[in-house]
Amino acid sequence: MASKTKNNTIDAKKQLENIESQFEMFQILNEEGEVVNEAAMPELSDEQLQELMTRMVYTRILDQRSISLNRQGRLGFYAPTAGQEASQIASQFALEKEDFILPGYRDVPQIIWHGLPLTQAFLFSRGHFKGNQIPEGVNVISPQIIIGAQYVQAAGVALGMKKRGAQAVAVTYTGDGGSSQGDFYEGINFAGAYKAPAIFFVQNNRFAISTPVEKQTAAQTIAQKAVAAGIPGIQVDGMDPLAVYAVTLEARQRAVNGEGPTLIETMTYRYGPHTMAGDDPTRYRTSDLDNEWEKKDPLVRFRKFLEKKNLWTEEMENETIERAKEEIKIAIKEADDTPKQKVTDLMEIMYDEMPDNLKEQYEIYKEKESK
Amino acid sequence: MAQMTMIQAITDALRVELKNDPNVLVFGEDVGVNGGVFRATEGLQKEFGEDRVFDTPLAESGIGGLAIGLALQGYRPVPEIQFFGFVFEAMDSIAGQMARMRYRSGGRYSSPVTIRSPFGGGVHTPEMHADNLEGMVAQQPGLKVVIPSTPYDAKGLLISAIRDNDPVIFLEHMKLYRSFRQEVPEEEYTIPLGKADVKREGKDLSIITYGAMVHESLKAAEELEKEGHSVEVVDLRTVMPFDIETIIASVEKTGRAIVVQEAQKQAGMASQIVAEINDRAILSLEAPVLRVTAPDTVFSFSQAETVWLPNYKDVVETAKKVLEF
Repeated sequence: MASKTKNNTIDAKKQLENIESQFEMFQILNEEGEVVNEAAMPELSDEQLQELMTRMVYTRILDQRSISLNRQGRLGFYAPTAGQEASQIASQFALEKEDFILPGYRDVPQIIWHGLPLTQAFLFSRGHFKGNQIPEGVNVISPQIIIGAQYVQAAGVALGMKKRGAQAVAVTYTGDGGSSQGDFYEGINFAGAYKAPAIFFVQNNRFAISTPVEKQTAAQTIAQKAVAAGIPGIQVDGMDPLAVYAVTLEARQRAVNGEGPTLIETMTYRYGPHTMAGDDPTRYRTSDLDNEWEKKDPLVRFRKFLEKKNLWTEEMENETIERAKEEIKIAIKEADDTPKQKVTDLMEIMYDEMPDNLKEQYEIYKEKESK
Repeated sequence: MAQMTMIQAITDALRVELKNDPNVLVFGEDVGVNGGVFRATEGLQKEFGEDRVFDTPLAESGIGGLAIGLALQGYRPVPEIQFFGFVFEAMDSIAGQMARMRYRSGGRYSSPVTIRSPFGGGVHTPEMHADNLEGMVAQQPGLKVVIPSTPYDAKGLLISAIRDNDPVIFLEHMKLYRSFRQEVPEEEYTIPLGKADVKREGKDLSIITYGAMVHESLKAAEELEKEGHSVEVVDLRTVMPFDIETIIASVEKTGRAIVVQEAQKQAGMASQIVAEINDRAILSLEAPVLRVTAPDTVFSFSQAETVWLPNYKDVVETAKKVLEF
């Protein structure tokens, strides 16, 4: 039998409280669209504020249309984004064109606003490799399917930027579930050790498919995990576009100043299912919780904020909705018109130079596909 | 020309490529000041600086991911996995990510990464150091797998691997690191990937093999010679994609073949090679193609290693079955 210890060498309560108390959620706009933190207000022109709202409204429409296109069988894999617009759109809004985004599978909006044509986003959804052929000059990679793998790659992109002396950052996204992965820790730890210019986002939407964040970790915040890697972290209201924008801008500034990476946890919620492949959120979430989060909606609060400043009208809203619908229609048409992908296409993109074993098989499939 | 061990030839190849191409980066656990646990990177940090040759935190998946990210920024990373038994930690980075980068991005991005890693039996390592896992990585489309058997081949193949625009797993057999020296040119030279080398010519039997088993096979060939059998030894050098042309030419000449690998028998390279020979040269065969392999257990605990590992006597025994069929 183990002997009794004499002392409480570790004051567990105090130790954790000291950490947790540093990670109170940062907010600028409350649910009513009122500025609660004037000192932290980012310097954004009226036009920039309007552009940010336009992008969020556009993205909400894109989500609605994508869900309905999926139901009609006109899109494939799709992970709904409604609810996460402030986390996604306002963080990308703080980036520069030369910054490189490594997204998770729900992070298609960020790479669209970073330059990926909508048509390609639809081709990605349909499982066509042309969706992943990122145009030259667009600094993104296609969405990662393996949870957290993008985190270690972001450390590498960031180290490469540092070695090149580029004034740019690597930006990556995962979710609350992703923060349990080994790659999450390895990514923030590597970037910290090399003081590499990276921003690591965790969009904490409370559920990894069905598993609630309380079952994911004993940590009271995910932001505090930064401390163990020796890098700064912050928890931000992920339904507040101004707060997300402000902390991203600050993290970016630190990174390009050579001060290393930052971990940003955005507190958010996905209104829809995990993906459109049969997930039913009523199995693991109550409608009370849904309602609670819908009250925090980023579009609602930002609209209120802008309306008070006379920067947003119903007309502008409708114009954005109509433009989104029209552009989506055109992009879907372009996706429809893209030549069907062949097995021989896949063989051609496997290697720089096709090895003999594949060359033989290529001839067989060329014959098959010519019929 | 200098007399070099395989480990010296490997260091020399790394030096040549670090000098040739400013985008080549060498990194891994203990590769910097320490020069690697086997001294494969001895002196390279001093010569090329910490920006080009550097230590990483101790995490294999992180090393793989770092390589992918650096490649996305235009570098040509040459990471080391300290022992290939540790590769399971990095399997997503390797098979799930770098092998698929070109494919996934429709050719927009690539991963010109060369992963160097020691493996192989006969040196009494603890568990998870010596395992022969080439069959596992060879099954992943997008990867090339190279296993040199001599110092000369090691240098030329490593330079080719680093210059290759796709990911290459470069496996270095620990027993061969310092077991013998060979003349190795000090200047640069390349040996093409995917090309086998006939290490000994013969007309009665073909032994298809690679890595440390090349030497067991050569020894067996000498024994068989004493009994009047002329044996050809084909060293694959690149196990994926392997040089089917050279294998078939040899088999068509001799009419008999065995395949020798150090790995356990189940689902490995030897099975694949036997199948390819049967597909392409069955009418040239005078006897079934047999295999010499280790048994189907996890790599032996070190006390039973000498029996577990195939040796020249096993090769002679199997060769005779085929010769006398």
